[in-house]
Amino acid sequence: MAKFADSVADRAAASLLKRGRWRPAEILFWLVAFGAVYALPGHHLILNEIAIIGLFAVSLDLILGFAGIASLGHAAFFGVGAYAAGLLAIHVTADPVLGLVFATLLMAVVGYVSSFLVLRGADLTRLMVTLGVALVFGEIANKNGWLTGGADGLQGIFMAPVFGVFEFDLFGRTAFAYSLVVTFLLFVVARRIVASPFGLSLLAIRDNPLRARAIGIPVNARLSAIYAIAAAYAGAAGALLAQSAQFVSIDVLAFHRSADVLLMLVIGGTGYLYGGIVGAIVFKVLQEVISDWTPQYWTFWVGALLVVLVLVGRDRVGARVSQLWARLGRGTR
Amino acid sequence: MSAPALETRGLMKRFGGIVATNDVSFRLAQGERHALIGPNGAGKTTFVNLLTGVHAPSAGQIFLEGQEITNLSAERRVKRGLVRTFQINQLFGAMTPLETLGVAVSEVGGSGADWWRVAGSKARVLDDIAEIAARFGLADVLEARTATLPYGKQRLLEIAVAFACRPRVLLLDEPAAGVPEAERQELLATVCALPRDVSILLIEHDMDLVFSFAEKISVLVDGALLTQGTVAEISRDPRVRAVYLGESADG
Repeated sequence: MAKFADSVADRAAASLLKRGRWRPAEILFWLVAFGAVYALPGHHLILNEIAIIGLFAVSLDLILGFAGIASLGHAAFFGVGAYAAGLLAIHVTADPVLGLVFATLLMAVVGYVSSFLVLRGADLTRLMVTLGVALVFGEIANKNGWLTGGADGLQGIFMAPVFGVFEFDLFGRTAFAYSLVVTFLLFVVARRIVASPFGLSLLAIRDNPLRARAIGIPVNARLSAIYAIAAAYAGAAGALLAQSAQFVSIDVLAFHRSADVLLMLVIGGTGYLYGGIVGAIVFKVLQEVISDWTPQYWTFWVGALLVVLVLVGRDRVGARVSQLWARLGRGTR
Repeated sequence: MSAPALETRGLMKRFGGIVATNDVSFRLAQGERHALIGPNGAGKTTFVNLLTGVHAPSAGQIFLEGQEITNLSAERRVKRGLVRTFQINQLFGAMTPLETLGVAVSEVGGSGADWWRVAGSKARVLDDIAEIAARFGLADVLEARTATLPYGKQRLLEIAVAFACRPRVLLLDEPAAGVPEAERQELLATVCALPRDVSILLIEHDMDLVFSFAEKISVLVDGALLTQGTVAEISRDPRVRAVYLGESADG
């Protein structure tokens, strides 16, 4: 009997620990990403953008994919984080790492406080509250031009070299390496969080909040915690944008930022962290390719892709594509 | 004489003009198997919701092992040892039974908020999961997706999750509801084999289960306790026959 229980416990341990283990495909993915710092010198500007919005999408996945909180206003934290980093650089210190830490911690606090608004009510209420909060922040930034530059954007940011060594260059190489390292480090932490007991309790809340409460999980406290963490991540992404562009446009708080990041998650898939990054890559590459081809109609094609993905389902699209691939393979042989 | 496992004194709940729970003073002794029965609309669900903290009572008090819990949140009551199951399964469909039990065991052990370590690294939690899985016959399906399990297994998991919270008092809300005959015996045997240091209040319609499981029965009618007694006393009581057994015989 004892032996039976031991073997069950061993199997349980193996199965749970597997969630935290690095798979070869993941390691390969990050090797390729870091390899791009050297291998793709002409594309560092867009790669930098992908790293930043990928981090932003990971942040949304933390609340949507793992805790079931739908948000239409996630750009609030991205945007305010960008302004926080920009203003700190202008008025206090030009050190990028200090600015990044400042924006991240500040957004954790803002996220924690606003979580109490978001926790009220169900999905539709949450969508509206998150949207409302983002609109309010956007208008505050717009009306306080003395601080934010208003519609002209926040200008006059100058960043010191990273760690006093790596200067930001015109081609975005330092910017990309810096953004990628930050995104990677935060990704590693997020990965650990979602594989932890805390992360599992979030999944339980996402699946059935009623039962989660009935087994003693403090549901609201857990949701506040992950909301604050996600806000901090979004703030970090915003700070990276402000620092690498050395400029903050009012556009960082625009509604389309929130909508785009949700779109990226839908493209890449929620609830496994890589969805955000994959979605960001697909979104940005599509944007580049389609707007080269037909500049006016890029949103038409993105819209069409979205409709297909949601109606047909990503899994089925994937299966259909691989079927087609297999058939083509047979045909050419 | 030790305090009762669970006690209510003068418990009242009004919804507008309706009195859903009317002056209920109820005692569940330590280790007792007690059934709460009553016709539909008798207020059983409201009573359970008051006990577990879903609703706040309009008047009266609730005690768990002698300590007042009337004003505690639902989560705090669970941590004190008052745990319920649901008449309709309330499980985590996308998770495995392993993860589900792990969440419950970690939470009661105080490590449910650990975010810095990978789940599955605590030997004590794993041992508890293995023991509970064996007790509820879930060891073979620990890694399956909960939503894909046969209904009988889901029903066992429904009780196993509650048991994983280390209850002092377990409220079982119609545990056998909807379970097909073939899987029913396993479920009943498992419920009957729950350890004696857990006091159990069974809320049930199925009179076979009530008579075979319970030592004591309380009858709730129109929100008030009609009577309490042993199985023999209740089955002889003409008032109970009139309001409950008679009605159930009619359909």
